[in-house]
Amino acid sequence: MPIAALRARLERLGGTVTSHVWRLGFASRFLFYLVVHSGTALRRFRLTIAEVYFAGVLSLVIILVSGLFVGMVLALQGYETLQRFGASESLGVLVALSLVRELGPVVAGLLFASRAGSAITAEIGLMKATEQISAMEMMAVDPIARVVAPRFWGGVLSMPLLAALFSAMGIFGGYLIGVQLIGVDAGAFWSQMQAAVDWNKDILNGVIKSVVFGVAVTWIAVFEGYDATPTAEGVSRATTRTVVTSSLAILALDFILTALMFTGGNGK
Amino acid sequence: MQQPPDAAQQKHIVEIRNVSFGYDAARPVLRDVTLSIPRGAVVGIMGQSGCGKTTLLRIIMGAYLPTSGTARVLGRSTAELDRAGLYAMRRKMGMLFQFGALFTDMTVFQNVAFPLREHTSLPHDLIHDLVMLKLHAVGLRGASRLMPTALSGGMARRVALARSIALDPQLMLYDEPFTGLDPISFGVIVRLIRELNDSLGATSLIVTHDVQEALGVVDYVYFMAAGRVIAQGTPDQIRASDEPFVNQFVNGKSEGPVPFHYPAPEYDTDLELAAS
Repeated sequence: MPIAALRARLERLGGTVTSHVWRLGFASRFLFYLVVHSGTALRRFRLTIAEVYFAGVLSLVIILVSGLFVGMVLALQGYETLQRFGASESLGVLVALSLVRELGPVVAGLLFASRAGSAITAEIGLMKATEQISAMEMMAVDPIARVVAPRFWGGVLSMPLLAALFSAMGIFGGYLIGVQLIGVDAGAFWSQMQAAVDWNKDILNGVIKSVVFGVAVTWIAVFEGYDATPTAEGVSRATTRTVVTSSLAILALDFILTALMFTGGNGK
Repeated sequence: MQQPPDAAQQKHIVEIRNVSFGYDAARPVLRDVTLSIPRGAVVGIMGQSGCGKTTLLRIIMGAYLPTSGTARVLGRSTAELDRAGLYAMRRKMGMLFQFGALFTDMTVFQNVAFPLREHTSLPHDLIHDLVMLKLHAVGLRGASRLMPTALSGGMARRVALARSIALDPQLMLYDEPFTGLDPISFGVIVRLIRELNDSLGATSLIVTHDVQEALGVVDYVYFMAAGRVIAQGTPDQIRASDEPFVNQFVNGKSEGPVPFHYPAPEYDTDLELAAS
């Protein structure tokens, strides 16, 4: 029956939408509870510092290497285009603005989601599967305050630092290719960059983006881990969801933030 | 406001009265369960997997609230407790999980020190001495620097036991403590359950389906089937019971009230022999 089939399809669609809205509400309540119960993570700050090490320091290799290569590729591509207009000395500006405004926060965010976000989800999910979370509850220790909050704040603190290092490394990569290999004047490369990059419009907005991405990725990661079905398959699915959802969230948030930050002004 | 009765003066440390519970309304897991756990005793709750004994344990822990009936633990009804009250109650309880549930990112020492560090402000030296005392009690003082991955199943269970008694609990809960242990580790765990119960002046509740092993250590047994308590008594009374289910379970018979075969259509139908 076509009407029955249509009705079943609509019911399925409604069920899917309802469950997504419910899950978003649950995740929001989870974030609220997490922030309210962050006292332990802030009072015993070494717990958070340990998570900065796991989420941040251990992500350094992939962030620095990726930043270097992205900067080098930007310089190669940028020089190719700029020299057509006789503006090859603006290579430093192109590399720096691309990195601090966009590529630094976005690519570092995507790498952070893959490297640290997935690790956070897997760790919390496995703690749940092996009853470590239940054991903590049974010992009258709130696992959200003791396990989740330090990981959340560790991730939130790490992300802007990683994005800054990504951009710095990218600029260095651009310098290596533009100045050392191609032969763009070093003075022009640095001075034009210094003159064109604005602290508030460019650097600060980039930092704001990376903080927002850090909150989004770490929130998704801790929530997926805590909400994971406590089986091997459940943890695997949760880890995949973390990477996919946080990558999409970064791209969507980047569009919204860029629209708010860089439109309607002087186009800088 | 009426004060709760002093738990220390009560005869029963756990009182379950007419408790029913279901994860959803269509499938009740516990049906009208009534049982008491006297102070100082080692009590076993036995039954086959899926009979509701772990759910009952979670109700005693306060993880779930009964759909109907009351669960009084350490003198307080779990339904009356808010989160802070529940955590205050759990500080007087210890629980040994089926596979230990040790924190895998901490050493043995750090695992046992965890509840002390979270709930007390004792100086480091005193925590060190207390942890060593607890580890000595389970025979693993020499393993304090090891990571949980370096421990055998029996050793992990003993470390978890040391952790669960770190705060000298009044009530110890054991969730399937004998599963997967070799005979030596099993003997050690049985001895420790008894010794720790008596030396701490605690009360112990063992949830298990390892009947023969558990009957050697408990003072009293509740037998559960399909969410109900179907028999109770001392180990000798249980061994001598003529209740068909208990008899089948204690003697490990494949046939009895619990059928060998999971419900299925006729064998001929499944083999498609009817037509030929």
